[in-house]
Amino acid sequence: MNQLRRSFLKNAGAVGTVAVAIVAGLLKPVAAFAAAWNSLAFAAKDPSEAIKNAGYDGAAQSNDIVIKAPDIAENGAVVPVSATSNIPGTTSMAFFVEKNPTPMIASFEFSNGAEPFISTRVKMAKTSVVRVTVKAGGKNYTNSREVKVTIGGCGG
Amino acid sequence: MAEAMKMRATMEGNIVDVKVLIQHVMETGLRKDAKTEKLIPAHFINQVVATLNGKTVLDAQWGGGIAKNPFLGFKIKGGKPGDKVGVNAADNLGNKYDGEVVVA
Repeated sequence: MNQLRRSFLKNAGAVGTVAVAIVAGLLKPVAAFAAAWNSLAFAAKDPSEAIKNAGYDGAAQSNDIVIKAPDIAENGAVVPVSATSNIPGTTSMAFFVEKNPTPMIASFEFSNGAEPFISTRVKMAKTSVVRVTVKAGGKNYTNSREVKVTIGGCGG
Repeated sequence: MAEAMKMRATMEGNIVDVKVLIQHVMETGLRKDAKTEKLIPAHFINQVVATLNGKTVLDAQWGGGIAKNPFLGFKIKGGKPGDKVGVNAADNLGNKYDGEVVVA
């Protein structure tokens, strides 16, 4: 990734193009978002379908993905979850709460020096496996962790 | 919308540690109003882009499963004090939320 970044920086023309793109992005912020929102993955009700639609099909179990979350969450409406990938070349990460009505929580793409780390707070309808998937070197990896929920957070 | 987003960026060794809080209802669209029993329409931030000195470092897609008043923490290697970290977010109704902070 560093190699890529260096050759990228050396290319003055490319830097100019990026600057133009950024200015255009500031005028029209929507244009700055790289990809269209993955409605197929976010709407999926089945966790494996959500994972597949998000592009993390066939992920191999890896303990090099370290998930931090409480063992027991008193309030499912706000559950702090963070994940670090120690797999070299990690380029993206996604979060899923398998027992939620729609399991996909979020996806993140890292570039230009971003560390493969995300900390956030998720909603959990009930006790569930929290799954994190990553892409590294063109392969998919996953790890998971169970969080017990005493009061569900999706209401209604 | 300046007050909707709070940001902090500090050095942790040679890594910039960024913390972002955005005020937002984050309605999934699956929840029913207790009185009317009608579904509350979906209203959540679904796209978030973070930059370091104008260059994208994080490109995120969110669903309604991110908790109300979202918190986002991330880390960037290669930053230094004085650098600018920016965050642009948009929700499913097209509202925009922007923030910028100087690395301390």
